[in-house]
Formats: sequence, C-alpha cells, structure tokens
Amino acid sequence: MSIRHGLLALLERGQMYGYQLRASFEESTGSTWPLNIGQVYTTLSRLERDGLVRPLPENEGGQRPYEITDAGRADLALWFATPLSRADRPRDELAIKLALALTTPGVDVRSVVQTQRTATMRTLQELTRLKYASDRPEDLPWRLVLDAMVFQAEAEVRWLDHCETSLVRYRPGPGPDGRPGEAGRPGEAGRPGEAGWPTDTAGRDGEEARR
Amino acid sequence: MSGPDDVPRACPTAPGAAVLDLRDVHRTHGSGEAAVHALRGVSLTVCPGELVAVMGPSGSGKSTLLALAGGLDGPTAGEILVEGQPLGALDRRALARVRRRRIGYIFQNLNLLGSLTAAENVALPLELDGVGVRQARRAAQVALDEVGLTELGGRFPDQLSGGQQQRVAIARALVGERRLVLADEPTGALDSQTGEAVLRLLRRRVDAGVAAVLVTHEARHAAWADRVVFLRDGVMVDSTAPLGGVEQLLAGSGR
Repeated sequence: MSIRHGLLALLERGQMYGYQLRASFEESTGSTWPLNIGQVYTTLSRLERDGLVRPLPENEGGQRPYEITDAGRADLALWFATPLSRADRPRDELAIKLALALTTPGVDVRSVVQTQRTATMRTLQELTRLKYASDRPEDLPWRLVLDAMVFQAEAEVRWLDHCETSLVRYRPGPGPDGRPGEAGRPGEAGRPGEAGWPTDTAGRDGEEARR
Repeated sequence: MSGPDDVPRACPTAPGAAVLDLRDVHRTHGSGEAAVHALRGVSLTVCPGELVAVMGPSGSGKSTLLALAGGLDGPTAGEILVEGQPLGALDRRALARVRRRRIGYIFQNLNLLGSLTAAENVALPLELDGVGVRQARRAAQVALDEVGLTELGGRFPDQLSGGQQQRVAIARALVGERRLVLADEPTGALDSQTGEAVLRLLRRRVDAGVAAVLVTHEARHAAWADRVVFLRDGVMVDSTAPLGGVEQLLAGSGR
C-alpha cells in the first residue's frame, strides 16, 4: 500500500491539513505505521501535482487544508476495488534465511526454526494481549489491524511447524566433495518403514492411548 | 527465555503456592523394546492467575501431560503436586475428591449429558461431591451467569448452539472452588469468533485467580496464554517468557 492512498482515503472524509492527516493516519492504522510530517507533505505535493488533491486557502491558524478532487476519488475507488498483488510486497527475509540455513554448513536448522517460532509466538501473545485490552466498539479499526498481524504471525508459526516436519524427513544430498551435507540432523532423519510420517511415533502412540 | 526444563519456580503473586507443579515427570507405556515414552522428564509450574499453553505436534505428549496434571493418569516417574498436594500420595478416594473439587476439565468433545439441562450439567460435579441440590444449583447459576448464560440454564444441550454448549462446559469446569482448569483443544469445533469468545472467558477467569493449562496446536489460541511451552517427542524444548503488562505493550506499540 502507499501512503498516497491512505491520505486520499482520509481526505475523502473531509478537508484536512498536514498534522491532522498524520494524526488520523496513525489512528487508523493503530500506530503500526508511524509517519513523519515530511512524508505527509511530500505525498501531498505529489498528489497535488497529479491533480488528485487541491490546496485550499490557509485558515486563521496559518494551516493549509487540502481537499480531494474528483480524479482523486476515482483513483481511491480504483485502489479499493483492486486486489493487492503478492509481488508488490517485500521479499520474505525469513524464508530466505531458512533456505540459506539449510545449505550452510554447520547451521542447526531445527534450532533456527525453534528460535524463530518462540519469538513469533511471543509476538502473537503480545498482539493478543493488546486485542484483549481493546474491546470497546470504537476500537474496531485498531482491532482489525491487530487481527491482520495476529493472522500473519499465526501463519508464520504454522509455516515453521511445517518446516520442522519437513526437516525431520530431510536427508541432505551429498555435498560437492561427495560427503553428506551438514544441514539437518542425519541421525533424526526418517527411519525405514516410516516414509511420510514424522519420527515422533513414540509420543503419538502414547497420546492416542489417552484419547 | 527460560530454559527447556524449568525448575519448579516460585510464584511471584503467591510465594510457594503453585497450583500445579510437575517435577521431572516421565510417562512410559509398555516396557522393553515395545516401550513408548510419551513424556520424558517434563517439569512445569503453573501459578494462580496464570494461563500456560502447551503446544506441539500430534504425538508430542500434550494430552498425556494434561491427563497426568488432572490425576486421570499416573506418572511412571516424577512427582505431580496440585495445590502442594502430591497426587501420588493420595489413595483412590482422596484423588477422586481432589479431581472433583479442585480441578475443572474442558474437553474438545464437551462431554455434556444430553438428558440434563445446562444448569443440571453444571451442578452435577457438586452434587456428586455431596453438596445439597439447592446449594449446587445456586452455584451452577452463578457459574452460568459468569459465562453469560443466565437465561439458558433450563435448556438441554441440543437446544444450545456449539458456542453456548462450550460455555456450559466452561461453567461446569469452573463451578465451586476449582483452582485449576485443564483445557484440551476447547475451541476445536468452534468458528473463529466463538472460539475467541471462549478464550476471552477463560482468560478472564484466569485473571481472577484461577490457574489453567490449555493444550492446543493452534498458535492463535495459545497466544492467549501468559506462557507458551513447546513439547516435542515428550520433551519440553522451549518456552516463551512471561508477558509484561498491557501498559508496557501499548507503550511498545506507540499507542
């Protein structure tokens, strides 16, 4: 997303000057996206250049409000109507990190996975605690932003669980010198006859005995 | 971050008064080559006002841990204390009394009796414990009030929605003077909003002083806990540190 469309959406509510836009933007995003006033004015001047907003006369306090133009409304409507593309989002550093960990000698990938999962779980706990404390009707915009972060963190934990299961079955191929690769733990790779299952059969049997 | 196997720790809110204390607990099924090690040296302390979530893949030992904590099963080695009382030292009758009076269970499949009303289901553990019917019903009504089902005590389980049934199960787990609640995937069959309402309820009860252990494989649900421990192959492999207060988190988020 661009700050540009965020500001257009705010101006659709009514005319505002720079500091009001900055405060409203932060309020709408639950302060998860802090803006500095310079970013606001730079964006406003680009929007004005493109004919999407127009400046109004200064008020008594010397502040210059802006209002959205018809072209701005059309641009905003198009933004709301168009799905975001995954390709527009930043690359996933964590996925790249794990992929590299798998092929870097001497790295305990399972430990990398577990450390990340504990950290992400902790973030998820913090987000949930904030949500628990925000149950007034007027907190809804903030709760929606929190929910988005909660679901993203949850997806990351699920993906890490999946990575861990895959690692249990992982048998590194021979390295360039013909020796087995070092990533993963060869001793914990899948045992014969257990293809397709994680190697935690001991616990699984125990758990099923309880059900 | 605390170590993989916490030594039983003192409770900051009530020194020396852990509600649940698992000390180097092992549970093995069978023997010799066929032995299955469901839990291998797990130590865990849960304090009043603390919700601990236990996560792990299928077969990691989560449900075994819960069964042991609730006195439904005994450890092969190690010790389990509920409110300072070693469960291993109790005879069958005394153990049954602790289970009825001090521990509440919430299961995924609810286990509500279809021939009893919601209020009767909630009162049942007290009546089984010798509490008079009228007193038990009064306590049940209080528990139903707390879960927002004041008006629905006279309905049978099949006249309630899934979320309402789960709230009845929670009221039953909390009725009387229970200090420890053990929940096994309590939101399993519920949609995300209803599941969240159930967790909010559990959280509120914990904030009021109950100790609880929540077994789940859903990170979003585990996140309601103060501490999350991870089990793998019967071993506790990691644990998140307890959270700070909301004010601290709000300051961190810039609000």
